[in-house]
Amino acid sequence: MTRPGQLPDISDDAAVGERSEAPGGRRSGELTARELLRWAWRQLTSMRTALVLLLLLALASVPGSVIPQSGVDSLGVSQWQDDHPKLTPVYERLGLFDVYSSPWFAAIYLLLMVSLVGCILPRLAVYWRAMCAQPPAAPRNLTRLPDSASYLTDEAPEVVLARARGILRGHRLRDGERADAVSAERGHLREAGNLLFHLSLIIVLVGFAMGSMLGYKGGVIVVVGKDYGFTNTLNQYDDFDPGSLFRADDLDPFTFNIADFNVEWLMDGPRQGMARGFESTLDYCQKCDGTDDRTYDLKVNHPLDIGGTEVFLIGHGYAPVITIRDGEGNIAYSGPTVFLPENQTFFSFGVVKAPTAKPQQIGLDGVFYPTFILDDRGNPATLMGQANNPLISMLVHTGDLNLDAGPQSVYYLDKSKTQQVMTPGEREKPLRLDLSLGESATLPDGLGTVSFDGVERWNKLQISQSPGKRIALAGVVLALLGLLGSLFIRPRRVWVRARRTDDGTLVEVAALDRSGGGDTAAVVTELVAALRGPDDTKDQP
Amino acid sequence: MTDTSWETLSNQAVAAAGVVYFLALIAHLVEWSAISAKKRVAVEALVGAGGPETTADLPAEQHQRGAFFARLGVLLTGIAAACHLVALVARGLAADPDRVPWGNMYEFTLSGTFVVTAAYLLLLRRFRLGWMAPLVVGFVVVCLMVAVIWLYEPVAPLTEALNSYWLVIHVISAILATGAFTLAGIASIVYLVKARKPEVTTGWLGRVPSLDVLDRVAYRIHAFAFPVWTFAVLITGPIWAHEAWASYWNWDPKEVWAFITWVVYAGYLHARATAGWKGRNAAILALVGLATLWFNFIGINYFSSSTQHGYAAPALVSPDLSASAESPVNR
Ligand code: HEM
Repeated sequence: MTRPGQLPDISDDAAVGERSEAPGGRRSGELTARELLRWAWRQLTSMRTALVLLLLLALASVPGSVIPQSGVDSLGVSQWQDDHPKLTPVYERLGLFDVYSSPWFAAIYLLLMVSLVGCILPRLAVYWRAMCAQPPAAPRNLTRLPDSASYLTDEAPEVVLARARGILRGHRLRDGERADAVSAERGHLREAGNLLFHLSLIIVLVGFAMGSMLGYKGGVIVVVGKDYGFTNTLNQYDDFDPGSLFRADDLDPFTFNIADFNVEWLMDGPRQGMARGFESTLDYCQKCDGTDDRTYDLKVNHPLDIGGTEVFLIGHGYAPVITIRDGEGNIAYSGPTVFLPENQTFFSFGVVKAPTAKPQQIGLDGVFYPTFILDDRGNPATLMGQANNPLISMLVHTGDLNLDAGPQSVYYLDKSKTQQVMTPGEREKPLRLDLSLGESATLPDGLGTVSFDGVERWNKLQISQSPGKRIALAGVVLALLGLLGSLFIRPRRVWVRARRTDDGTLVEVAALDRSGGGDTAAVVTELVAALRGPDDTKDQP
Repeated sequence: MTDTSWETLSNQAVAAAGVVYFLALIAHLVEWSAISAKKRVAVEALVGAGGPETTADLPAEQHQRGAFFARLGVLLTGIAAACHLVALVARGLAADPDRVPWGNMYEFTLSGTFVVTAAYLLLLRRFRLGWMAPLVVGFVVVCLMVAVIWLYEPVAPLTEALNSYWLVIHVISAILATGAFTLAGIASIVYLVKARKPEVTTGWLGRVPSLDVLDRVAYRIHAFAFPVWTFAVLITGPIWAHEAWASYWNWDPKEVWAFITWVVYAGYLHARATAGWKGRNAAILALVGLATLWFNFIGINYFSSSTQHGYAAPALVSPDLSASAESPVNR
């Protein structure tokens, strides 16, 4: 039978079940399943394993910062996948596009947590016993300890020891001690801090897991104005990223619209023409029966909390109002069209689709200049982000927009079954419609007309629920408190012994620091100085 | 004073700080050469007299010269640090509205190096860090040069998302921790160098404290920096991220590397309590942690485009194009 602490030797492929059921009793060196388990447990909960697992966790986090992650940068993921068609299936199998929720990443931190519990629970027991126990008695030979000192004095041992007790008042003293020594201990809370720190890590993990399993994060672009708005149901979101246990009926009911939106533009300085601050006025209600209409000023860093669901303003842009009349004079498309900004000047890109236009479907794609100018070289550009001289510049396509083929992004024009419309008289030159506000243009071949009627604004809102965030926060705060205790409280044992010798009273002082960070030599020196007082001049032996 | 003159003042103060740091570096180098000369004399004296010799018996002149230059070096470092501080404050006042001086990498470097110097000066007495002087001052001089030559950017207001008092707390603590980790890392490097030849008593290594002391000093400074880093990365960072981006932890590259740094330093603290990992391996781990820290600050901006923490490029709070582009809704 292997004793605890002794490493049993096991062959690599020894299956636990087989071993324990082996017939005919056990040969020497053989293990029972229990022993094997206990051995494995002891390995798992050793400091060395914890260290290796920690380093593994650090290492395993690296790929997710180099390879685009679907939760962070889904556009990056699809680009990467287009660029690396061979590697993509391999990476996908390994979960490399979603490292932080992949099974192997989970395996590492779960093992770490198991190891932690296995490590901390026994320590709790040890700690409890130590709390109840007395400080250990002075070792027989104090001067053998690494940091110790001794001196001779004329004072009686009792006097020295009484003074020592006085000096060590902040310590726990061993009572009922043999008359010749004082044993003191302090800094017990360090261990408590250490335990608190490690246990709190589990709380953090629980809070974090709740957030990622029970919560969700969604985004929506809402055009500013009372005529538009948002109701919190699944089909209103542009993108929706639920946790694995999230159910759609967990969505809190509410409705809002963006009554007003203001941007503060920088008119000078190095970032001239860019937006500094922006702010929306949100009208919202939960019951929406006219009794609970409320208003909130939504800003970056200043989210709105509606009964546990939070609404964040994270971006904005322009939605030119474009109208397409088809060849028969009917309105085939009309309304604000969300254009996506390409950079800080709000030079934006967008697409218009008019699938009901007759005789042919019409699609436009092109760009929007908030303040259109021709730069020094005669190229079109935008001076700033504010819409002072808005202009759209669109290319025209007709034919089949291929909308029957399945869902299509609103920011993408499928040109596989369309032809580009050319400038009349110039067959080689694609037709480009450059329209300022209020202008309209007639398309060739009786296709219809396009007009640019106005400019609306839109807000990108992020809406999310993250349950467990308070738990996680409480966990980290507790962990930090524990950590402070663990790192700054120095557990220390101090002993003073005084006994009569032929030359006078021999006083021995020693100190021991169990954290490895303390300077016990200084402690001893200080204690000796305090014990001797200013006028004791007798030399050290 | 106008914003422009504040900015000019800041630039001049950086230049002045750089020059004075450089003078301090020279003073410390002279100090070291004086001391190694002293040691050489000591050895010769030992050989000549054939008797025991201690530093106390050294030619008094040599000794005094070393001590004089040491004091001069510290004094110059103090002056340089004052200029450095002026540069930082002026930088903040140059912006409109006034703001904290860490909107970009230039300013972050300026602040980070200031913390290194300040921490060194504060701990100089307590931990007897005199031996570290040329390393610290040299490091700061190099960083300032890099900042001025490659990282310089004119003063600009913070982008909206960076405008939050949580961010202020977050960055103060991150910079504080970075400075302290750097200082501790210098101690760990010296530990590793000394560990290869622990008996050497002459020259540079002779001047450095014993392995035990080096290890303890490194630990103490790390033990200060780690909770500060925890506070920065795991408390204030997520709180700010939650306010700005709706989710307190996004696994964006900057966060990932801050987490990696945290885990590696936790590993270092563990290693100090693990048999077989104390000393050398622990010191190596600490340096790995320092490498991840600086990589996160400098490298990740060039490696990854998807980080939302715009130090390299001012953050554009723009719609999440990726998410919208994927949207299948055809309205
Ligand atoms: C989630 C992973 C873990 C992290 C982030 C972590 C972090 C830390 C930190 C920062 C310290 C330093 C505080 C101090 O010096 O008292 C520490 C100490 C300690 N940890 Fe962990 N730990 C983790 C897991 C574990 C596990 C699994 C074990 C058990 C095997 C363990 C056992 C210990 C022990 C015994 C100490 C005290 C060392 C000493 O006496 O100095 N830890 N840990």
